[in-house]
Amino acid sequence: MSAIVGARPALRHRLAERGVDRQLLLLLPAALFVVTLFIYPFLYGVGLSFQPTKGGTLGAYREFFTDAYLRDTILTTLRLSLPAALLNVLASVPIAYRMRGRFRGKRLLTTLLVVPITLGTVLTAQGLLNFLGPTGWFNRSLLSAGLVDAPVRLTNNYWGVFFSLVITGFPFAFLLVLSYLSGIDPSLERAAATLGAGRWQRFRRITLPLLAPGLATTFCLTFVLAFSVFPSAVLVGDPAGTTRVMSIAAYDAAYVRYDYPLASAVAVLMGLVELLVIAAVLGWRALLYTGSTAGGKG
Amino acid sequence: MSFETLRLDGVSRSFGGHEALAGLDLTIKRGEFIPLLGPSGCGKSTALNCLAGLLPLTRGSIWQDEARLDVLPPERRGFGMVFQNYALFPHLPVRKNIAFGLQMRRVPRAEIRRRVDEALRLVHLEEHAGKLPGQLSGGQQQRVAIARAVVLEPALVLMDEPLSNLDAKLRLEMRTEIRRLHQSLGLTTVYVTHDQEEALSLADRLVVLRAGRVQQVGTPEQLHTEPANWHVADFMGYRNLLPLRAGPRDGTGIVVEIEGQHLTGTPVGDAAPGGEVVAGIRPEDLRIGPAGGPGVPATVEVVEYQGREVAVEARTEGGIALNLRTADRPAVGDRITVTVEPRRLLVFPSGGAQ
Repeated sequence: MSAIVGARPALRHRLAERGVDRQLLLLLPAALFVVTLFIYPFLYGVGLSFQPTKGGTLGAYREFFTDAYLRDTILTTLRLSLPAALLNVLASVPIAYRMRGRFRGKRLLTTLLVVPITLGTVLTAQGLLNFLGPTGWFNRSLLSAGLVDAPVRLTNNYWGVFFSLVITGFPFAFLLVLSYLSGIDPSLERAAATLGAGRWQRFRRITLPLLAPGLATTFCLTFVLAFSVFPSAVLVGDPAGTTRVMSIAAYDAAYVRYDYPLASAVAVLMGLVELLVIAAVLGWRALLYTGSTAGGKG
Repeated sequence: MSFETLRLDGVSRSFGGHEALAGLDLTIKRGEFIPLLGPSGCGKSTALNCLAGLLPLTRGSIWQDEARLDVLPPERRGFGMVFQNYALFPHLPVRKNIAFGLQMRRVPRAEIRRRVDEALRLVHLEEHAGKLPGQLSGGQQQRVAIARAVVLEPALVLMDEPLSNLDAKLRLEMRTEIRRLHQSLGLTTVYVTHDQEEALSLADRLVVLRAGRVQQVGTPEQLHTEPANWHVADFMGYRNLLPLRAGPRDGTGIVVEIEGQHLTGTPVGDAAPGGEVVAGIRPEDLRIGPAGGPGVPATVEVVEYQGREVAVEARTEGGIALNLRTADRPAVGDRITVTVEPRRLLVFPSGGAQ
C-alpha cells in the first residue's frame, strides 16, 4: 500500500495541472486556420525571397540594398510612419485626459473622434484632395484672404500622406489611450491633490508614469498601421518620389516587374524593420512600472 | 498651518437636484477626533470630500479660524486624507509614497528622509520601505496610507472609512492603532464610518447624519444614553424600536401600552400623551421573568450563542418581535415575561428626524 501513497499522480492529472486536457482540442480549428492562412504563406514568402532568378540565395536582398531607389524606401517609410505614430499618440493624451470623466455629450464627441476609422483610406484621401488640394477649399480660402500668392502644396507629396495617416491612425490611438487612462484609479490623482500636488504635478508624477506602458503599446500599434501604408501613399502622395514607401516597392516588384523573389524580400525586410522599432519601444517599456494601476483594495 | 477652530457653516452639496448634504453646521476644535457616523448614502463621505476640497460646495462655507477655505483647491488646503481604497501610488515604493507630500512642499531632502523614517517607525513598516504597495497586505497598505497622510503633520486629517476593507481582527488592531496615533500626535481628525462601535470607541465628539442632515452632535456617552431621536437610537444599538401609542404622563415618565400591558418610559423631545411614538429599548436592558409574572408575555423563538451571553428573539402574543440579551439560557419555545426599567425605555415622537 505504501507504494501507492508515494506514487506520482497519474499522467492525466499531471498534464491537466499544466492545462493539457481534452478541452485543448477546441483550439484545433483556430490553429489549423492560422497555419493554412498565415504561417504557410508567410514561410512560403520567406522561402521565395531566398530563391531569386539570379544572384544566389541572397540575390534579392543584395539587389534591394545596392539599388538606392529600393534601399531608400526604408527611410521614406520611417520618415512618414514614425512622426505620424508619435503625433497620434501625443495628440491623444491631452484629449483623452480631458475626456476621462463623465460629461454631457461625451458619447457624441467620442463618436466624432472615432468616425474616421469607418471611412477607409480611399474616402479620406478623396476628402483630403477636395479640402487641401490646389483648388480645394483650404487653398481657395487662403488665396481669397490674400495670405498666399500661389496654392500651398499639401497633397500629392509628403504632407498629403502624413495627414491621411494622422486622420486614420488617430482614432485608434485615441481609443487605446482613453481605455488605458480609464483604467487608472481616479482616487490616485485625488490623493495626490490632497498631498499638495497641482494639476501638472499630478499628471507628471502619477498619471503619466502609470500611462507610459500603455503609450508604448499604442505607439507600436499605430506605427505598424502607418508603416504598411499603401493606398494613401499612392492617392494623396507622390508614389514615384517622396512617398515611395516599401509597400509600393513591393507592389512594383511583384506586379510591374513580376519579380516575386524581390517582392518577397521587400516584404520580409518590412517585417524586420517593424520588428526592430517595436523591439526598441518594448525594450524601453520594460524599464517602466507595468503593474496594477489600482490604488489598493477596491 | 494649524488652527484653533475649523467652522463648517451650512455646508451643502447637491447632485443633480438631490441634496446629499443639507446644511452641515459644525465647529471642530484643535486636536479633536470627530467621526461622522451614518448609514450609506447619509452624506458623510460627501461632507468629507467637501472638507478635502475634492467636491465643490453647492452652498455654505468652511472657515479655518478667520480664513475662508472652501474656495481653495485641495492641494492648497494642507489637509491629509486617508482614502477608503488607500489610493497608494502603485508605481512608487512605500518610502516614495510617504515622501510624496513632502516633495510637493519642497521640503529639503535630508528632512524628508528624517520625517519619512519617523513615519515608517510610527506605523511599524521600517523593513517594508522599499516594497511596492502591491507587495503589501491590506493592513500594511492601510498603515502606509495613514503614514502618508500624517507625515505632513497636517492641520486636519480626513479618514474615509479606512477600516472597512480589513477583516474583523485587523480592524480591531488598526482601530487601537489609530486611537494611539491620535493620542501621540494630537492631530485633529475627521473620520467617516458607518460602524457605531468604531465611532464610539474613537470619538471625542461624534456627528450622526441621516439623509444629508445632522441628527445629533455629542460625546459618545451622550449619544449612547440620550439619543435625540429614534433614528439615532437605531444607530446606537437600540434594536427594539416599537411603534406604539403614548398613554398619559406618569410623574416624570410617560406610559406606553404594549398589548394591554402598561410600561413606563422616559419621554425624549416632544413625545406627547396620546400621540404616535416609537419606544426604543436596547436588547441588554430587557429583563426576562418567569411566565405569569409581571410584564409582557412572550415566547422564545430564536436563541443565538454569543459567548457569555445569548441573543434571544422572542415574540409577543400580538406578534411583536423583541430582541434580548441575557446570561440565562432560555430554550426555544419557553414562555417568558419581559420587563424594562423606566429610565431604559426611551419614548420618541414617531416623526423623529426633520
